[in-house]
Amino acid sequence: MAEEMRVVLRNYGKINPLKIEDYLSVGGYEALKKARTMTKKAVIEEVIQSKLRGRGGAGFNTGQKWAFAHETQDDQKYVICNADEGEPGTYKDRMLMENDPHAIFEGMAICGYAIGANKGYVYCRGEYPHLITILKTAIYQAKQRCILEDFDIEVRTGAGAFVCGEETALLESIEGHRGEPRIRPPFPTQKGLWQKPTVVNNVETLANIPVIIDKGAAHFAAIGAPTYPGTKILTLSGDVNNRTFFEVPTNTTIREVIFEFGDGILGDRKFKAVQIGGASGAFIAANDLDTQISFDAMSAINSTLGSGAVYVLDETRDIIDVTTRIARFFEHESCGKCAPCREGTARLHELMWKLNSGRGSAKDIALLKKLGRVMSITCLCGLGQAAPTAILTTIERFSDDYEAKLM
Amino acid sequence: MVNLTIDGIKTSVPDGSTILQAAQKIGIHIPTLCAHPDRIVKSNCRICVCEVEGSRLLQTACSQPVFEGMVVKTRSPKVIEARQIILELILSNHPQDCLNCIRNVNCELQHLAKEYCIRENPFKLKTKGLPKDYSTPAIFRDPNKCVLCRRCVETCTVIQGVGALGLENRGYHTMIVPSMGKNLGDSPCVMCGQCIHACPVGAIGEVEYIDELMEAIADPNTIVVTQIAPAVRVAIGEEVGMKTGEMPMNKLITALRQIGFDYVLHTNFTADLTIMEEGHELLQRLTTGGILPMFTSCSPGWINFCETYYPDLLDNLSTCKSPQQMFGALLKTYWADKMNIDAKKIFSVSIMPCTAKKYEAFRPEMNASGYQDVDIVLTTRELGRLLRLCEIDFDKVEPSEFDPWMGDYTGAAVIFGASGGVMEAALRTVYEVVMQEELKDVNFTATRGFQGIKEAEVDLNGTVVKVAIANGLSNARKLMDQVRAGESPYHFIEIMACPGGCIGGGGQPITRSNIKREERIASIYIEDEQCAIRKSHENPEIKMVYEEFLHEPLGHKSHELLHTHYHAKNKRLI
Repeated sequence: MAEEMRVVLRNYGKINPLKIEDYLSVGGYEALKKARTMTKKAVIEEVIQSKLRGRGGAGFNTGQKWAFAHETQDDQKYVICNADEGEPGTYKDRMLMENDPHAIFEGMAICGYAIGANKGYVYCRGEYPHLITILKTAIYQAKQRCILEDFDIEVRTGAGAFVCGEETALLESIEGHRGEPRIRPPFPTQKGLWQKPTVVNNVETLANIPVIIDKGAAHFAAIGAPTYPGTKILTLSGDVNNRTFFEVPTNTTIREVIFEFGDGILGDRKFKAVQIGGASGAFIAANDLDTQISFDAMSAINSTLGSGAVYVLDETRDIIDVTTRIARFFEHESCGKCAPCREGTARLHELMWKLNSGRGSAKDIALLKKLGRVMSITCLCGLGQAAPTAILTTIERFSDDYEAKLM
Repeated sequence: MVNLTIDGIKTSVPDGSTILQAAQKIGIHIPTLCAHPDRIVKSNCRICVCEVEGSRLLQTACSQPVFEGMVVKTRSPKVIEARQIILELILSNHPQDCLNCIRNVNCELQHLAKEYCIRENPFKLKTKGLPKDYSTPAIFRDPNKCVLCRRCVETCTVIQGVGALGLENRGYHTMIVPSMGKNLGDSPCVMCGQCIHACPVGAIGEVEYIDELMEAIADPNTIVVTQIAPAVRVAIGEEVGMKTGEMPMNKLITALRQIGFDYVLHTNFTADLTIMEEGHELLQRLTTGGILPMFTSCSPGWINFCETYYPDLLDNLSTCKSPQQMFGALLKTYWADKMNIDAKKIFSVSIMPCTAKKYEAFRPEMNASGYQDVDIVLTTRELGRLLRLCEIDFDKVEPSEFDPWMGDYTGAAVIFGASGGVMEAALRTVYEVVMQEELKDVNFTATRGFQGIKEAEVDLNGTVVKVAIANGLSNARKLMDQVRAGESPYHFIEIMACPGGCIGGGGQPITRSNIKREERIASIYIEDEQCAIRKSHENPEIKMVYEEFLHEPLGHKSHELLHTHYHAKNKRLI
């Protein structure tokens, strides 16, 4: 029986997020103190050795990212917590911010110390207005006790654009521009917010940092899958008995997630498909259920872990209809900067709509495949590159469903 | 230097170069659409994608820096498929009316469609059905044709500092719109037309007046007279298959007569006249404690800009009309009398490198002759269309001369076409008027060249006159902000709205890079060198117009016909 392991959610339900005393009483901000006794390089080395990889979806080595920002010389640097949690079905960052905001700030302050930044921003999703008070109260309390010392944290909110979770679009948004991605290189660690070296880390990534500093890299690296160690918070939704969130080591399999933590499919129905990672994620069929949820294991089956949303469909679901809605989501959320995404997301939706309403032909499927293939390698940012994922994977893995809807 | 391989060819380029630059060096052509040699890299259109070994994604050649050992494929089947799909996507909402588009056969998208053999587009054509914007007499917009490359937005905002164009909505509904979604005519647009040069397609263009001209030519009771601006000659050759500067003036005169103009005159005549009036105005301001620095007023885009953004500095503007409008006012008074023609019958057509001149001609105050001084304005591009329309074969055209009284000009008038030219021409005359001695070297080279802001000093009998020259309105802004702050060290400032001056005007043949503007500047100065007379006050016809008609610079008649006043535009900008 697979078991939950609460590393990031260590304080969930145990402390009052609006009382900093509670956080301090469970050893909060001790890791920050410890980090400050270490050299900056040693802090970064510890994070590199832990093999912690970004929990926002891209899976980049966190310590390495810090090292880049550390190496870039500048009089001003920034740390940004990416809390623009937009993937449908994901609410892990919300859980963390609601229940343990100081863990995130502690991670940010450690990062700030390591790279030489004295300013941090929490870029919070516009649809989470209730979190603003929690975050601001927590910041106020930390400032009052001078715990963060010279590290300042400010909360900025988005206005509801999915693309602003993309780190460079997020930077544009903070700067007051249209939320549109930037060309890379230069990467944010070289030229980020206001052209200054910037580390952008996801909420969950940052909440892992105090644990790594506190317990050491080796302890962390030993948890879960070796190349993507640690835990992952998953948010389970769809046709399962137990729609909930939980934190598991990264060597847990999809089957365990659905049939043990999720307590199986609703009613007496059979499993059909699972989409992991939100709207950007791939649809996975029954034959891949024994895959571990780690980044590399998922890549090996042409899928992604992404944000950790797990959306289960039972045998009665119309997968073409679901995919059409996802295509509509991307058409709506494309920022419009690059041509293949701006035009392509609209055409993906148009073609899916045609197929879904029973008017499509094999030619349309072929065109979808070609368009999706091109978009996935030519769009400017991850949004456009991931927009065709659901379509491409369902065409590949659920071709019978498509056949059945042809004109 | 960085070593890399492109399509199997090894090359080395300076660190920081892009794939596009490296490919250009070894003669490999990579198609582009949003890229523009004089603008920042946007990487919007994704047409220039290439394969880079080791990267799952295709990389845009315009933005991707090279690295040591890089292996690039620019024409693999994967790359070509991607470019074709992207083109088909862009074309799938682009009106397919190339045949009657203002940019037919001069359109970057059309060219790409041809290069990439786009035949049957698999995506259903869905045009936006937006209304065309004809709210100004100078520039129109057809938002349906916009490919969202954003070159116009950057030009308007960064190069020109006007900010009339911006982005609205997002995703598939993204549009480029005049500020706050207004019509162009209600936006702060100054009608400089630089956005037309920036546009790769036919989404922005000049409002054409060819039909009106043809109607006038067809009417036997109408006498059609044209004036042609100095910057037109250097560029018009580009429209008819000649090199920049190659078109001989005297052949162009004949060609204009063949098109049907009854009389062909030259704006250069009033450029010389402008120097007489403006030069004396400067001297008057210098000697009587007038408002300084004085700004030139030849560039109507600049006038619009000043009226919109610096209405507090309108008194610094020279009251002289632009050469076009001085010409218009004299044509229907002085010239009509000399020729014994009823001014009512004259249809006054000016051929200009400029789109803002179209607007200027329609200003209500521009009717000093008792009629609208200039009836219509054609751009250099429209002249090109006329020449093609009338099938003028320049190999067979015999040279001829301008018609009398308003066709003579000096080298000083010619250089009006380049940034710094008005200043240089004014200095040539002011020097001799003040010093009462002959200027030994008429070449004031400090005022020449393409750079955005230039400055110079002239010692006039102990008084050091400091001058500055700006081209491109964002450069003008820098000088204006100085003036507004009371920190301007200058006495006289020349401003041309367009980068490079009139040779880069919004009505000139579409200019894909600043190199072309520099070529045109060079040919302007060659023409100046070739002129027998190079100082405005020595123009015999100018002497005559003062003797017979105007009597003296800044005199009563001059004020009536050649000077004007300005109005704050008071546009709500936000």
